[in-house]
Amino acid sequence: MSHPSPASPLAAPTPPAPAGSLKPPRSSSSTRGILIKIALLSIIDAIAVFGLFMLFLQESWIPFAIVLAVTVLVNWIYLTPGWLPAKYLTPGLLFLAVFQIFVVVYSGYIAFTNYGDGRNGTKDDAISTILLTAQERVPDSPTYRVTVLEQFGEYFFLVTDPEGEVSLGSADSPLERITDFGTDSTGRADSVPGFTTLGFADLLGNQRAITDLAVQVSDDPNDGALRTPDGSNAYLYLSSLSYDAATDTFVDRQGAVYRDGGDGAFVNDSGRELIPGWTITVGFDNFIKAFTTENIRGPLISVTIWTFAFAILSVATTFALGLFLAIVFNKPNMRGKKAYRLIMILPYAFPGFLSGLVWLGLFNEDFGYINQVLFGGAAIPWLNDPWLAKFSVLLVNLWLGFPYMFLICTGALQSIPEELTEAATVDGAQPWAVFRLIKFPLLLVSVAPLLISSFAFNFNNFNIIYMLTGGGPRDVSAGVDAGATDILITLVYKVAFGEGTGRDYGLASAFAILIFFIVATVSIISFRQTKALEELN
Amino acid sequence: MKVTSRSLMMTGAMAAATAIVLSGCAAAEPEAPMFEGSLTVWVDADRAGVLEDIAAQFEEERGVTVELVTKDFGAIRDDFITQAPTGNGPDIIVGAHDWLGKLVQNGVVAPLELGDKASEFQEVAITAMSYEGQNYGLPYSVENIAMLRNVDLAADVPATFDDLIAAGEASGAEYPFLVGLDPAAADPYHLYPLQASFGAPVFEITADGTYDPTALALGNEGGEAFAIQLAEWGAAGILNTNISGDIAREEFVAGKSPFFLTGPWNLPAIQEAGINYSIDPIPSAGGETASPFVGVQGFFISSRSENTLAANEFLVNYIGTEAVQTALYEVGGRAPALLTAFEAAKSNADVAAFGEVGANGNPMPNVPAMDVVWSDWGSTEVAIINGQGDPVELWRAMVESIQSKIDG
Repeated sequence: MSHPSPASPLAAPTPPAPAGSLKPPRSSSSTRGILIKIALLSIIDAIAVFGLFMLFLQESWIPFAIVLAVTVLVNWIYLTPGWLPAKYLTPGLLFLAVFQIFVVVYSGYIAFTNYGDGRNGTKDDAISTILLTAQERVPDSPTYRVTVLEQFGEYFFLVTDPEGEVSLGSADSPLERITDFGTDSTGRADSVPGFTTLGFADLLGNQRAITDLAVQVSDDPNDGALRTPDGSNAYLYLSSLSYDAATDTFVDRQGAVYRDGGDGAFVNDSGRELIPGWTITVGFDNFIKAFTTENIRGPLISVTIWTFAFAILSVATTFALGLFLAIVFNKPNMRGKKAYRLIMILPYAFPGFLSGLVWLGLFNEDFGYINQVLFGGAAIPWLNDPWLAKFSVLLVNLWLGFPYMFLICTGALQSIPEELTEAATVDGAQPWAVFRLIKFPLLLVSVAPLLISSFAFNFNNFNIIYMLTGGGPRDVSAGVDAGATDILITLVYKVAFGEGTGRDYGLASAFAILIFFIVATVSIISFRQTKALEELN
Repeated sequence: MKVTSRSLMMTGAMAAATAIVLSGCAAAEPEAPMFEGSLTVWVDADRAGVLEDIAAQFEEERGVTVELVTKDFGAIRDDFITQAPTGNGPDIIVGAHDWLGKLVQNGVVAPLELGDKASEFQEVAITAMSYEGQNYGLPYSVENIAMLRNVDLAADVPATFDDLIAAGEASGAEYPFLVGLDPAAADPYHLYPLQASFGAPVFEITADGTYDPTALALGNEGGEAFAIQLAEWGAAGILNTNISGDIAREEFVAGKSPFFLTGPWNLPAIQEAGINYSIDPIPSAGGETASPFVGVQGFFISSRSENTLAANEFLVNYIGTEAVQTALYEVGGRAPALLTAFEAAKSNADVAAFGEVGANGNPMPNVPAMDVVWSDWGSTEVAIINGQGDPVELWRAMVESIQSKIDG
């Protein structure tokens, strides 16, 4: 549960003194200041130039343009006199852009793609990977010993076949028997006059060229080609697929044609897909899928209802308990108050996911502390019954969340002037009426925004659900992966990381956007209500 | 000027972060004329120690630096799938063979040609490392579960599972038989040998010994018979989903059961407790051989690696050697995949016994469709064991659900 703590009245930071009043007038800025400014700007520029250089080499033009623009902007802002607000705001705005806006825009973009298992990269990557895996070693083909030679920038295989025959070939010329060569002590041909023999270091320096090199054993490509994975042994490979860049199609040895099927994969006429595919933009497909696919829509509705129930009940129960305890502990003449308060803060101090795991053990039907000790060995299926599991989740969340509510209620109660109570008592009000008509409304004014943020937090309270029940128990007869305690965010996790159906980041991002709209709507409405509450007073 | 210089400093950090983030988006470096890079290997903490020595040796002999990046084993697969396409992934990862389908589906692993060296490894390891006829990994260990018996509680090796239960009950121990399950997901991996003994593998096994991911065999008559049997065991308390792996180990170590279906990873705790144990084949429950899943671990090369040649050399000629395989065995306790190293390791009776049981095993399916199976399979087993419905109906619903997910 919990913590938008900076907003809590206890932790409210004192506003910083206006910076301008402490600053000396700009005209008297010292030489030291200017030197520091120049030094820091040079460091930034040095880093930026290095980054630009790397990006230029990698021909990544869009990041290049962005880094260039940002660097120029930063220099301009800090070198131009004046522009004080920009000098303060720039670092923050840049952080905002990289760590917030970029992340949000990027997840939004993912929601409109088919990014997920098997659709993981670009089309070019997919084509090269398909070609790579299509290289099949001819069954039981022998191992050829090779030496890689170089002449005028072209690479050659000097091949010693298992019978000891020696031949030479390159990418353009098939293997041909030669007689003029030198051998090493093991009988492997290792040099030919006029050619340079590559040592291991040379091989490493040209790895891609050498591992990509295919030397045909004869003029007929169907006889296969030699390739070497390590620069010293070669095997006979046949490619099961060939790619034609002009028509953008793959053709296999049986003549079946695989075309770009339009959904990020090559498919043939009978519907067989080549793996891997690639990421494409699919528009609103993911959103449509969320609402039309039977397997998703059914659980989506019940999960949404439970998410609301979970978030509302979590806030309500923790607030009720927290407020009750705050009132009790607000009694001025109570003994040992500090010790009690300390104990009560403890659940708040533990990480939520750890508590989830501990409670998981406590709830074990046969061995857990709760059934064994508290209920005398009764086999209560705390986490295996759908309703009991919901109850258990709420109970654990109450345990985790009430200290926070206790803290903010204590703070809010103490800020209510005692005179109000006294005046009401003098007017003849009973304690309950004082609380209901005076204290509680005043309390709500300061606490309501925190309740709303607490609702938003619990709406996405992944830790507690994931660690305690994992969303279970599942209704196995329903045939979908959503369990009785799954909330929207755990459902998104299951879709994104594919516990059951393969990962689908696109669909998960679409869900995340839907969740954002739900939380935003609820928050806007609630904040409006809070404002009305404020005006009432 | 204090405030300005601080904000300048922030801007500096910012620009650096921007440059790093943005350059991260870019493609891999262009081909260098001479090799200046290094091999990046993702390993888990256990294996990193062993690889350090071999990496140093490789650097000395071959002039290529090997950078070992220690990662949580469970995170390696998913991080690799996400990072490899960006060009920032490692050259080599350590992994389990059942990741292979996912890795191939996402196009992030490159085929690895072992050549004649393939015959130097256990056959099951090579089968496990191949996908659709291509080999993708260099295996280094093989592991499987077996039946552990507390000799003091049960003197004889039971012939069938019924005999085992009878012996367990006759022993007077608290549990006739122990296996670690999970209240939410049971444990299809541990229960698989019993299921297999009813003649119900997950997928049909084709003539060449590989799985046919389109033909689900779970739903055959054997599968349904197993479901009925599960319900009986559940009702009789022989299987209990509240006994997790940890609890099962505790109870066996405490001498509360004569039989424990588990893998070599629990041996150290059992030895430490001084239990007089024996490692036996898993008795058949349904009449056919109770073959466990065999899990193979190994190393894979990234399809985006620019250092394929060095990576090949490192795997085949360094990690594939007896010394390294033996060293990896000594730290992890898992039987080596290389035959010569395995023969040497067999002088340890435990390794030999587990290896014998594994010889009857099937490699765990490595097809991507397997990912779809686990969730339904586990939760259905929970429901059946806990008597939450008619076992055959639940089993059929599970098969239908899995089939519809495979069909997409």
